[in-house]
Amino acid sequence: MIKILNPGFYSTIQDKGRIGFAKFGVPISGAMDLYAADFANHVLNNSVSDALLEITFGSCVLEFLENTSICISGADFSPLLNHSKITLHKRIEVHKNDVLSFGKRNYGAYAYLAVKGGFRSEIKLKSRSYFQNITKEPLLKKGDLLSISSINEEFSTSNASIKFSNHHFESKEIHCHKGPEFEMLTDFQQKALFENTFTISKEINRIGYKLEELIENNLPQILTSAVFPGTVQLTPSGKLIVLMRDCQVTGGYPRVLQLSEKSINQFAQKTTNDTFCFSLLEN
Amino acid sequence: MHQIRYKSFGEKAILIEWQPIISIEILDDMLLFQSKILTQKKNLITDIIVGYHSLTIVYNDYIKNYLEEIIILQSIYKSELTIEKKPHFLWEIPVCYEDEFGLDLEEISKKTTLSKSEIIQIHSEAIYTVFFIGFLPGFLYLGGLDSRLFVDRKPNPRLQIEKGSVAIGGKQTGIYPSNSPGGWNIIGKTPILFFDAENEKPCFVSPKDRIQFISICKEAFFEIQEKMKNQTYQFQHKIIYD
Repeated sequence: MIKILNPGFYSTIQDKGRIGFAKFGVPISGAMDLYAADFANHVLNNSVSDALLEITFGSCVLEFLENTSICISGADFSPLLNHSKITLHKRIEVHKNDVLSFGKRNYGAYAYLAVKGGFRSEIKLKSRSYFQNITKEPLLKKGDLLSISSINEEFSTSNASIKFSNHHFESKEIHCHKGPEFEMLTDFQQKALFENTFTISKEINRIGYKLEELIENNLPQILTSAVFPGTVQLTPSGKLIVLMRDCQVTGGYPRVLQLSEKSINQFAQKTTNDTFCFSLLEN
Repeated sequence: MHQIRYKSFGEKAILIEWQPIISIEILDDMLLFQSKILTQKKNLITDIIVGYHSLTIVYNDYIKNYLEEIIILQSIYKSELTIEKKPHFLWEIPVCYEDEFGLDLEEISKKTTLSKSEIIQIHSEAIYTVFFIGFLPGFLYLGGLDSRLFVDRKPNPRLQIEKGSVAIGGKQTGIYPSNSPGGWNIIGKTPILFFDAENEKPCFVSPKDRIQFISICKEAFFEIQEKMKNQTYQFQHKIIYD
């Protein structure tokens, strides 16, 4: 078990999400940065479908009530184990009553805590990802007890180290494909999408990130149709919204771009006031 | 045979679009194509998302060659596959339109110059067609609202609309399947739950099913609500072959 002493700003359990339930209106959800989540699971030799703890912006404190191994990946929130600094992207042995805390943010927006064998929270519609009205709770709260898989194997000490690419956080180039309504834009609007630098606004969450800059918009709304994480919608006000993991399954705003799977993970680690450019991939 | 367009949509999906109009004939064509695709490609596909005039095919893996895949889909569309006709259901959904639940009936009555009982009669006489499920888990996009009941969305959305609220927004009517903020005009409430995360099929309704609202009193509302809780409620439905 792991006990949550302080849930921080917004912490949830996440895995790969609910695949195949869009026809019932169920969002996919899943880890915002699947690259970082996969990485942490790999380090522990877990299955990539094992559930992790996703921590937003630091300040989360938890206590281990049993021995296990962990790996922290993604954003750097200065993690401490019993007040001593620990490294990211490495396997670390923890013992009963150890306290893990996340504090000051150095970079990134979402950190992942993987435990050996994964978190064992309830499965709803084939996923453990927290979501309002689907799982019992939408997010972690103080005092929550989280079941983890108990360790029954001895680890080899050969810690093959895998390198986490810094480019993942530093890249200001977000790769995308043309969205279904891209061709409805004028040449001028298309150019504006690729020649401008965009800034992430204050309105960001697991559903989507709104951008600051305006694109002149005279497109009609479309008949409600599918959207995905990574779909870039152009709203009537001219603001762009990049949809993220908890987004609805359908929408009515023109879908001008679609982020590549890899870029969604990179984009997830950006936050308010960060700037970037869209860069077009050939389909 | 309709003129349809195929577009790549990211790395794992293909969007298929019909003419941008809302019609039951297009819905039928889309659902037939959906069944054909499922018989041919079920194991390669994670989901097919139905919109008013679109199917979006989501594949398990990255699509290596879009053009090739689109040619395969085109031939599936034209193929004379015989698909076993699945029946659809007409679901009778009890709704209490009394003042306690019909929060905006008064206002709609002023805007439309219809009396409250006329509004209720028009709303519950119609048979609505389910086009697809989206927006929220278990939210039905329904076609068939009588034009006399078209009312603009409220300028100031409510922060919380209760689960089960039956409402009108513009040219649409719908049921809020969970508590949610929203700008539609509320005319009543149903004790029926449209989404159950415990169930492998979390919403009992499918595209092309029909919905009819049955006006009930408050006592009946609470009685059915209790039965829903105890899972003893018998859904009222008829089978439709068309």
